[in-house]
Amino acid sequence: MISVLQEMLSYPFLTRALLVGFLVSLCAALLGVSLVLKRYSMIGDGLSHVGFGTLSVATALGVAPLKLTIPVVVAAAFLLLQLSESAKIKGDSAIAMISSGALAIGVMTVSMTTGMNMEVYNYMFGSILSVSTEDARLSVVLSIAVLILFLIFYNRIFAITFDETFAKATGTKVKIYNMIIALLTAITIVLGMRMMGAMLISSLIIFPALTSMQVFKKFLSVVISAAVLSVGCFLTGMIFSYVYSTPSGATVVCINIIMFVVFTIVGKLMHGTK
Amino acid sequence: MAFIECKNAAFGYEGKAAVDQLNFKVEEGNYLCIVGENGSGKSTLMKGILGLISPMEGELILSDGLKKNEIGYLPQQSEVQKNFPASVYEVVISGRLNRLGGRIFFGKKDKRAALEKMEMMGILDLKNQSYQELSGGQRQRVLLARALCATQKVLLLDEPVTGLDPATTREMYRCIRELNKKHGIAVIMISHDIDMAVQEATHILQLAETQVFFGTTQEYERSKVGKVWMGGEDDD
Repeated sequence: MISVLQEMLSYPFLTRALLVGFLVSLCAALLGVSLVLKRYSMIGDGLSHVGFGTLSVATALGVAPLKLTIPVVVAAAFLLLQLSESAKIKGDSAIAMISSGALAIGVMTVSMTTGMNMEVYNYMFGSILSVSTEDARLSVVLSIAVLILFLIFYNRIFAITFDETFAKATGTKVKIYNMIIALLTAITIVLGMRMMGAMLISSLIIFPALTSMQVFKKFLSVVISAAVLSVGCFLTGMIFSYVYSTPSGATVVCINIIMFVVFTIVGKLMHGTK
Repeated sequence: MAFIECKNAAFGYEGKAAVDQLNFKVEEGNYLCIVGENGSGKSTLMKGILGLISPMEGELILSDGLKKNEIGYLPQQSEVQKNFPASVYEVVISGRLNRLGGRIFFGKKDKRAALEKMEMMGILDLKNQSYQELSGGQRQRVLLARALCATQKVLLLDEPVTGLDPATTREMYRCIRELNKKHGIAVIMISHDIDMAVQEATHILQLAETQVFFGTTQEYERSKVGKVWMGGEDDD
């Protein structure tokens, strides 16, 4: 396995993809724990669809994709958060509306410009070839920023994830931290989307957290386990996809599914005997 | 000198008052029970005291050096996720968040405070256990320890014994009494159980979308409202 990894690292585009993927999986897993526990899992899915729509529009307009996509997805994240707090439109239907709407706009744009081609396929299901040097640089900087912010706000993120009302009542500015979580999630999704694909990126957020919760029962252990799992599954998936020429995004998700099953069984054995 | 004082206050949502004409005080060492039927405005008032909603009329004054983030709060059981992966220690120390200020991580002082409150609540041996695996009574103690981490002055308890068995309920009341008597923490408790309220509290506030009664427990027992509400049960 090590020799395969060495061989992969001899290709510059693969090195880039592995580095960006490594960092993005880490960010996604950390944020995922909070999002899953806050029952915001679907926000990740909705945002990736918005990302797809914006990416198509950016390509049609000839604008640098990340520079347009990040602000739009961040705006969508704030909007979704606001909508899920207000009672007029229920959160889940708001997400479904926005995500299918964005998907439709993306598909329309693509069909009117370049047509449904390989590029669209890559947006939807990801391609490691799509990570350019410039993308990689921006991705590294942003994902390190996400990691640092997560670390700085770790205790606050725990408190508002566990009990928002208590946090608010004891003077924590819950709204700001919710917005920070939304902002970090939006950035992570856009960064990971091109490699994993718009349809698959939300799995990076949801799987590691849910898998870890099958076995671990403390917040910190869940966070650490999710981070390790996410990175492990990503690397394993990439090596597998390199060796057997399978699509990278889908392979990573499949490895995540396997780990989920394994952890569920382990969890049942561990906690069932108590 | 009062910690919390309401002057002609009204609280509600979207321009509609759920409870109005509130005139009461909570002073140091008081044990106030807020009683009333469902929909009488108890929870709305609670949100007002916590500063989650502002008064629509009148005013709510926090004084005696009581800052907004110094009120410890024990929410209703149903509002906290039961299947949350967190250790008892993680939950308790999260109550110190209001002391974190500009710092990133909890320091020695915070850790000591958390351990101290856990000991006070008799849950020190559960420190590394998962919140998920606790019984209802143990969970309440954990949340109470967290609330104590956030305050040394005022505790707000929202139906703290709902869903607990009779023995655990008695234990919980004993615990709250001790915090009030021994540690001098003012207690504001929402309760359904009027008999217990009369037995435990120093003051009673009765609501029915407006203030029906406020005064000491002795005054309440003599009052007309009190007699009706307590249903003329025999003393025992």
